Amino acid sequence: MQITVYVNGATCTATVEPRLLLIHFLRDDLRLTGSHWGCDTSNCGACVVWLDDTPVKSCTVLAVMADGRRVLTVEGLEQRGRLDPVQEGFARCHGLQCGFCTPGMMMTARWLLDHHPDPSPQEIREAISGQICRCTGYENIVRSIVWAGQHEAGAHDA
Amino acid sequence: MQVPAQVEYERAASVEHALDLLARYGPEARVLAGGHSLIPMMKLRLAQPETLIDINGLSELSYVRLAAGELLIGALTRHAELLACAPAGEHFAILHDAERVIADPIVRNWGTIGGSLCQADPSEDLSAAFAALKATMVIRGPGGSRTIPARDFHTGPYETVVAPGEILTEVRISLRTVGQDQAGRKGSAYEKVGRRVGDWPVGAAGAALWLAGGTVAEAGIGLSALGARNFAAAEAEEFLLGAPATEESFRRAGEIAAEHCRPVADQRGPADYKRHLACELTTRALRTAARRAAGLAREIL
Repeated sequence: MQITVYVNGATCTATVEPRLLLIHFLRDDLRLTGSHWGCDTSNCGACVVWLDDTPVKSCTVLAVMADGRRVLTVEGLEQRGRLDPVQEGFARCHGLQCGFCTPGMMMTARWLLDHHPDPSPQEIREAISGQICRCTGYENIVRSIVWAGQHEAGAHDA
Repeated sequence: MQVPAQVEYERAASVEHALDLLARYGPEARVLAGGHSLIPMMKLRLAQPETLIDINGLSELSYVRLAAGELLIGALTRHAELLACAPAGEHFAILHDAERVIADPIVRNWGTIGGSLCQADPSEDLSAAFAALKATMVIRGPGGSRTIPARDFHTGPYETVVAPGEILTEVRISLRTVGQDQAGRKGSAYEKVGRRVGDWPVGAAGAALWLAGGTVAEAGIGLSALGARNFAAAEAEEFLLGAPATEESFRRAGEIAAEHCRPVADQRGPADYKRHLACELTTRALRTAARRAAGLAREIL
């Protein structure tokens, strides 16, 4: 079936089988490999993207369900050559080691900060509680998100 | 790699259209809402529907509202939406207690109330919460809508009374007050033990109390993952009717709930531990429900 999905602002039209998962549509058909394919069982959250402004686990969503909708992936966080504060925060605060969970963490972080601009560490931990990191022990992920929240306004300063 | 079997796909434009599609495609068609119960099963090929009827566009089924003395929850309401709905939590804290421990925040963004209920896993949390609240389900078919008590909704593991050509559309909970006390003091709570965040319960108990003075005017107790008939602890509820709302009553109710449930040993835990949870979690849920009815506790920790 033919679907049209608005991915990171671009109109993408493709013919897909109904059983194709959104994560594979993004990675294999659109070559947007920033979103990672981890557990395949909706546990780890490496696949988190936004579907119509809502973070979802894209390994548990069919591509056809995204027809006519907007998708934002980690590649879409950067705006006009500038990193999003979330991206900058993860870089500055060593919020990743292997980087496998990172795209999903960033997409959840961006949503959290959009809706709760000054989250406590506890609120951050709760927000990422559906995502697994095997490297960092989550501490630097929390620090990165705190940093991003504190540097939103200055994000586009020189 | 988990790949679902080949499947056809249709998108419903309205509830009527969804019913037409279900009639057209027959019993091998499945309604697709959030898909966070169905798609994992399809990926493991435990479910192999021939056709998916996508109802995610049916905004008319997505609402939480108070009307005519009832809380009405549309079946397409996302778990996150129910958790974010302040009036729902104010009237029935059990719903927010339960939602906080269902899956995780990301899964709750897309999974729906109706989808969870219709998957009918014996460990599903809202089934116990709605049993405690003595909710009513609304099911729509070609001939119109019918209602059924939440306690009669499930007919077995993964089985409900929703027939192949029907759709669950709404859950209703009465805001009733009881007795002469027009302040209508009610309180509810949910207690769950799980192996990790978002997991199915090893055991869980939900309690709803309607108090008149210091006496229980009405009680609802729902149990999940503990082999309780219709997710309810009816004998414990009966014991509480007219009983003083005291720790002693709640302890005894917990014991009765544990006596009458039939937990099964599985990878989540042994049967005797689950029976212990039935007793302890029922007691804790009743205790918190009573405190909330008395206005003593607003948030569960």
